[in-house]
Amino acid sequence: MNRTSPLDLLDIDALHTQEELAIRAVVRQVVDEKVRPHVADWFERGEVPARLLAADFGKLGLLGMHLTGYGCAGASAVAYGMACLELEAGDSGVRSLVSVQGSLAMFAIWRFGSPAQKEKWLPGMAAGETIGCFGLTEPDHGSDPGGMTTRATREGAGWVLTGGKMWITNAPVADVAVVWARTADGIRGFLVPMDTPGVTAREISHKLSLRASSTGELVLDAVRLPADAMLPEAAGLKAPLSCLTEARFGIVWGSLGAARDCLHTAIAYAGDRTQFGRPIAGFQLTQGKLADMAVELQKGYLLAVHLGRAADAGRLTPEMVSAGKLNNVREALAIARTCRTILGANGISGEYPVLRHANNLESVLTYEGTTEIHQLVLGQKLTGLSAFA
Amino acid sequence: MKIVVLVKQVPDSGVERTLRVDDNTVDRGSAGNVINEMDEYAIEEALRLREAHGGEVTLLTMGPEKAAESIRKALSMGPDGAVHVLDDALPGSCAPATSKVLAAALTTLEPDLVLCGSESTDGRVQVIPHMLAERLGIAALTGARKLTVDADAVTIERQTEEGYEVIRAATPAIVSVWDTINEPRYPSFKGIKAAKKKPVRTLSLADLGIAADEVGTAGATSEVVSHSRRPPRSGGAKITDEGDGGVRLVEFLATEKFV
Ligand SMILES: Cc1cc2nc3c(=O)[nH]c(=O)nc-3n(C[C@H](O)[C@H](O)[C@H](O)COP(=O)(O)OP(=O)(O)OC[C@H]3O[C@@H](n4cnc5c(N)ncnc54)[C@H](O)[C@@H]3O)c2cc1C
Repeated sequence: MNRTSPLDLLDIDALHTQEELAIRAVVRQVVDEKVRPHVADWFERGEVPARLLAADFGKLGLLGMHLTGYGCAGASAVAYGMACLELEAGDSGVRSLVSVQGSLAMFAIWRFGSPAQKEKWLPGMAAGETIGCFGLTEPDHGSDPGGMTTRATREGAGWVLTGGKMWITNAPVADVAVVWARTADGIRGFLVPMDTPGVTAREISHKLSLRASSTGELVLDAVRLPADAMLPEAAGLKAPLSCLTEARFGIVWGSLGAARDCLHTAIAYAGDRTQFGRPIAGFQLTQGKLADMAVELQKGYLLAVHLGRAADAGRLTPEMVSAGKLNNVREALAIARTCRTILGANGISGEYPVLRHANNLESVLTYEGTTEIHQLVLGQKLTGLSAFA
Repeated sequence: MKIVVLVKQVPDSGVERTLRVDDNTVDRGSAGNVINEMDEYAIEEALRLREAHGGEVTLLTMGPEKAAESIRKALSMGPDGAVHVLDDALPGSCAPATSKVLAAALTTLEPDLVLCGSESTDGRVQVIPHMLAERLGIAALTGARKLTVDADAVTIERQTEEGYEVIRAATPAIVSVWDTINEPRYPSFKGIKAAKKKPVRTLSLADLGIAADEVGTAGATSEVVSHSRRPPRSGGAKITDEGDGGVRLVEFLATEKFV
């Protein structure tokens, strides 16, 4: 009997245009050639050649691909999602590099920047020559970024920025940070070149998840910035939250890529591995797991396509993205863990991608709004009552 | 400079390929048709020449309706347009017939340079560039690992078993390339979008003044009479070293054409 790939069960490709499939094919090829052969080693060493990857991705048009102008590809939201899926089928850390660059750093500048700021930063970021990061979380303020203590105070025409940001993806390799800080008139965003005196980025080590991604602590010690460092159109917490909605959309898709890779691995492994005189794929309990996982993967994909089409039609709301992120990351993690069981002892080995994906998804579950925070967003929508505090 | 790149759609060499039982031709109906890998290197070389010297790059393919997908994919790498020779009489064409059709199409395109891959992964006969050169009365420079163009001449480093030869000819000329010549680019997302709008002209045999019975199975100068599958893999040979292990290993590799 032939095997059907888990995402072919429902003929889901029929939902896509030729152009979307062509973009997917290129990203899949790049991941196969530039990521897959090396990623287990990057994960093991806790290092990733972010600059080289950014340059390769930039040539394709992957960075800020859903934005328009300034060298950006102007692709659809669905195509962006499909690209995230393929990247994360390689590794969540590699997808994070692209998400942070395109959906957080570039989007913030593209949406809230002045024409001069856009001209200055976006073309280099789209090309992957300039790497950006996005500093919202602080050591003492994660789920509740509104409590942030990083401050920007006026000094003459310019600004002085003081504080610290924590868990900032790409910070140690970045050229520019989008930093959110409290000012006399609310929360504002600032473009901080990483070589500005007073800025330091320290790599966070000892991570057991997302090891093929650079994560750092950003220290801002009386950093003097010119007046035009502030993003003029970003006023209040709404601004960074809208960037998060962009990035979360990519995670709705990306997480499915990690799950798909686990499921492919588990199906192949179960077909090869013999116990009690037959392939373990032939056991009903194994098939029960595989069938349930394939069904969850398909459901998640349909949800992602629905959100993608809504985004392209301008109908996507933050609550819709919360529903997608809540479901798809949770299910992807469950799939990764179940696949892990199918591989037995080999499931815990770095020779197979499964536990790497499962460990990565622990970060994905937490960043861009934890499971609980998305439950609260949906709970508030359903009941009209805020349970945040 | 006007460059035409010959592009062929072939069954994906990464998966199992089959011949049809009814007429012994390559089964092109099964899924997974791709651009012949070597042709991507020819396209890349053409794009680099265009970047350095200006001009335009046109793809030329002869193939079934389905080949249109591969043309779009190839166009997304950056060429300006394509010509697709499409005719119901073409399937089953032998190499001489194929070269007749391509030569006729090239005559209408008047290129300064024709580029192609050194071989296709399905036929692997490597004769098309020579046949085209003969029909068009131009030089064939085959097996290039390096290519330079100046004024009205083209120079290649022709890859050989021992090293390379430097060959130079006046343009127009036809050059076939190996995969050592460059690293083909990935199609960019902008390229994929732009490819949708690029002109693809379809030519029939009538447009080229060729009669249906000169090509296809009807006009074929050769015929595959029968074919059979390689026998399934058996247990594999074990060589026990009794002093001659090395020799026997090499002999085995030689019979399997690995060395
Ligand atoms: C690898 C990695 C990369 C990251 N990259 C970035 C980045 O680039 N930029 C950036 O700004 N941040 C980044 N983050 C930070 C991430 O966004 C935060 O970790 C996340 O918002 C959660 O904050 P916290 O870790 O402080 O957890 P906390 O907010 O302290 O939450 C701890 C637990 O309490 C729960 N909780 C909190 N509040 C409530 C409530 N009201 N009701 C119920 N439960 C609640 C949470 O759901 C969670 O389970 C990254 C994190 C990781 C792990």
